[in-house]
Amino acid sequence: MQIGIPLETLKGETRVAATPKTVAQLIKLGHSVIVEEGAGAKSSYPDADYEAAGATIGDRAQTWGAPIVAKINAPNTREISQLSKGTMLISLLAPGRSPELLEKLNKRGVTALAMDAVPRISRAQALDVLSSMANIAGYRAVVEAANEFGSFFTGQVTAAGKVPPAKVFVSGAGVAGLAAIGTAKSLGAIVRATDLRAEVAEQVQSMGGEFVAVQAEQQQSSDGYAKEASEAYNEAAAQMYADQCKDVDIIITTALIPGRPAPRLITAEMVATMKPGSVIVDMAASNGGNVEGSVADKMVVTENGVKIIGYTDLPGRLPTQASQLYGTNVVNLFKLLTPNKDGEVELNFDDVVLRGVTVTKDNEILWPPPPVQVSAAPKAAEAAVVEVEDPEVKAAREAAQAKASARNRLIMSAIAAVLVVLAVTFSPASFVGAFTVFALAVVVGFYVISGVSHSLHTPLMAQTNAISGIILVGAVLQLGSTDIAVLVMSFIAATIASINIFGGFLVSYRMLSMFRKEA
Amino acid sequence: MGLSVEQIDQLFKGLYIVAGILFILSLAGLSKQTTARMGNIAGMIGMVLALAAVIAASVYESWAVHQPGIPAELAATRWSPEITLALIIGALLIGALIGTPVARKVEMTQMPELIAMFHSFVGMAAVLVGFNSFAVPPAGEGSDALTVHLVEVALGVLIGAYTFTGSVIAYLKLSAKMKSAPLTLPGRNVLNLVGFIVFFALMIWFTVAGVDPMTHAPTALGWVLIIAIAVIGFALGFHMVAAIGGGDMPVVVSMLNSYSGWAAAAAGFMLGNNLLIITGSLVGSSGAILSYIMCRAMNRSFISVILGGFGVDTGTVAASDEEQGEHREIDAAGAADMLMNAKSVIITPGYGMAVAKAQYPVAEITSKLRAQGINVRFGVHPVAGRLPGHMNVLLAEANVPYDIVLEMDEINEDFDDTDVVLVIGANDTVNPAALDDPNSPIAGMPVLEVWKAANVIVFKRSMATGYAGVQNPLFFKENTQMLFGDAKQRVEDILQSLSVPA
Repeated sequence: MQIGIPLETLKGETRVAATPKTVAQLIKLGHSVIVEEGAGAKSSYPDADYEAAGATIGDRAQTWGAPIVAKINAPNTREISQLSKGTMLISLLAPGRSPELLEKLNKRGVTALAMDAVPRISRAQALDVLSSMANIAGYRAVVEAANEFGSFFTGQVTAAGKVPPAKVFVSGAGVAGLAAIGTAKSLGAIVRATDLRAEVAEQVQSMGGEFVAVQAEQQQSSDGYAKEASEAYNEAAAQMYADQCKDVDIIITTALIPGRPAPRLITAEMVATMKPGSVIVDMAASNGGNVEGSVADKMVVTENGVKIIGYTDLPGRLPTQASQLYGTNVVNLFKLLTPNKDGEVELNFDDVVLRGVTVTKDNEILWPPPPVQVSAAPKAAEAAVVEVEDPEVKAAREAAQAKASARNRLIMSAIAAVLVVLAVTFSPASFVGAFTVFALAVVVGFYVISGVSHSLHTPLMAQTNAISGIILVGAVLQLGSTDIAVLVMSFIAATIASINIFGGFLVSYRMLSMFRKEA
Repeated sequence: MGLSVEQIDQLFKGLYIVAGILFILSLAGLSKQTTARMGNIAGMIGMVLALAAVIAASVYESWAVHQPGIPAELAATRWSPEITLALIIGALLIGALIGTPVARKVEMTQMPELIAMFHSFVGMAAVLVGFNSFAVPPAGEGSDALTVHLVEVALGVLIGAYTFTGSVIAYLKLSAKMKSAPLTLPGRNVLNLVGFIVFFALMIWFTVAGVDPMTHAPTALGWVLIIAIAVIGFALGFHMVAAIGGGDMPVVVSMLNSYSGWAAAAAGFMLGNNLLIITGSLVGSSGAILSYIMCRAMNRSFISVILGGFGVDTGTVAASDEEQGEHREIDAAGAADMLMNAKSVIITPGYGMAVAKAQYPVAEITSKLRAQGINVRFGVHPVAGRLPGHMNVLLAEANVPYDIVLEMDEINEDFDDTDVVLVIGANDTVNPAALDDPNSPIAGMPVLEVWKAANVIVFKRSMATGYAGVQNPLFFKENTQMLFGDAKQRVEDILQSLSVPA
């Protein structure tokens, strides 16, 4: 089917929903693509490149007339009127916050797929624009901060004196937060981060940050997003933020809960305690801001010289990259929509991802979708319930178990020792000597092998194999017998045992000569 | 020479002791790379000494009974020393002529089959030696000693027979001449138990009625009983190993290694030969330790592996078999690109690499990337492959230096700092379900934690499950990409992309 990629008309939008690279991928899935003239210009993708990738360039009417329209921002009223009944629209729709928009699209008979309503399950990550855009935004937030910050991020010792590294504090370790941590770290700053979810500490550390925990009761997340926090937690958190504000140079806040006003993390008093020249990037400014005094799309300078950046178009400030990632998310959505790669779109509601993104279809509003559980969480939770046990009780139980098994081992050993003594006592003399040798050899074998290097197990096995060919001794001693049956049997035994001896030693030798140390 | 008969006998025994000590040194040497070759040579020298002593002993015996003054009926039990020597040399020659070319030509990928086959030889030899020892009991012993001797014969024949069929089945499974899925007869544990009880009953009957109490000559009933015991051993060996799935083969092979040792030790008891006892118990206990190490690596109890039927009792297999989401694919060029941009790469090979014989191109990629200053290492799971240490041998064959081939415990903590992991033909040994999902049949088995790396590329023929029949959540992780196709072909494709600078 034909996919239309219109020029974004929202003020300040620099991105486009497809790049020449993703156009080629869409065509591979059997679709044809029409791109509005100049759609990629702001993202540095000229029309000619789209044409080279196989797209046709059309005017606005042609693009909006395509049976499928894929774009970035939600369409405005005029654009909606250009959509014909049955058209599939793919874009950011914020379905939770814009019921009127859904109503309008529904009236128009449009099948609307919201790119920002992808369920948070692992296989849907490939089409999750919130993640891909957050990643870019996190990166850009640090770049914006560095741009406004009057000093190095990295510490240096120069002939002109010592430069201390900047201290960056990131609030919220989601995708954006982690991207910000990694970027700030790679610029050389000291990075600290916090999050409601204590379980992300490991992720923070993996990006090179230091995790600052809030010293209060924590909660688990069941749907992949951090939830709003409890009273006691808030107090402890406020104290922690206040402490950090006094210490750090850069703060980046990323606490955004979809469809709700952003939590207020940093108050005006805290900002007032910051050093002049410090920079705050409030990535939640569009939803009211995490920082008191931040203004959406603006940079504010406080009385004490702290710059609060509230840009909401951070991904759009990296238009080339953002378009590429958004475009790839769109391609991944089309991979689900066209499972047969024949250009035929199939909106299969058995697939929770497709059901989740579809907000209107056949004059019916399908938002909100039935809840989808994050794949791993419920099982883990059940397991956790089973596992939960007072640590002291557990320690005591384990100690008791260890004691019991030690006792069992002792009893078994004692019984074995008694049996050995009894067996030896009532055996003929010839057996006793043989048994002594046997017992000692078993123990020697045990100690000789216990320390063997894993990489030598195979040669070792070939070698022991060859050595156990020693059974040949038994056969050879009987080889002189004139009893034909005995002779034949011992001859066969000696022959196959010697195959073992020759083959085993040789193969072991061959393997050992292959092992070489690095020159 | 001025040696008395006793002194000659003791000369042989002295040689046996030296050979036994050399065998111990041999195994001890094989525990480290630096001393391994010395250990191999020590074993060979020990074997030469032992053979020299036993050949001399056998020929001497034949010579001694043909001396004047020895009763004619005793002389008639042995051929002349020349014929004895010729027979011995004949047997050794045939063995050498068969064994040497096999050992020279065998592919390293087929090492598990070869070793299993060799085990079966020891088992068969033990059965035959047992029969012989029953036919010609050691002279001049009391009735107590005779009873003990008969018990030894019965045990030796049982263990030998068990080792023989067990190894043959292991060989057939490893060489894919037999289905590797576990054979599960109803009530298999009861069958095994009945087998052992019948064996004990037969053994007691055998010790009572096996030989004529006056002449100590074997009776016809004795022959029937000892053959019945051998049959039980054959049946048990067949049934127990057939019930063990292909994935457990590393344990089975080392277990059979152990049994072949015990069979030799039992032969030593029958013949009152200390060298056989020393060597047999050395091999027996070393094989048991190896099996134990393997079992611990799989978090499986030793007993449950021996009794077989792994993965059958767990009802959740079917449930966890379904796909758990969507996987992403990558092509060879993309993989090559990723490798070139990495700083640290870990390759985790599995049995699939052996099957595809991909070790050579893998080694080439390794040296190419290392030439670019990329840190390439190998992470080998203890049960990767079908033989303990199988992967190490394959990589050594392809000239990968052994000091970049690391064990699971050595490398597991480094995955966090790794850019790219190549999973080549491994599945269950890199399955995160072993740690996350308490219902998984492989739950609790330590695995290579590859998913902690930034990127994982999995080489696989299709989305089918591994030996344990468990779906692998690794394939659906967001940092995992699948590279489908024959492992060797795909690795060669990457190699080509690496050679052409982008």
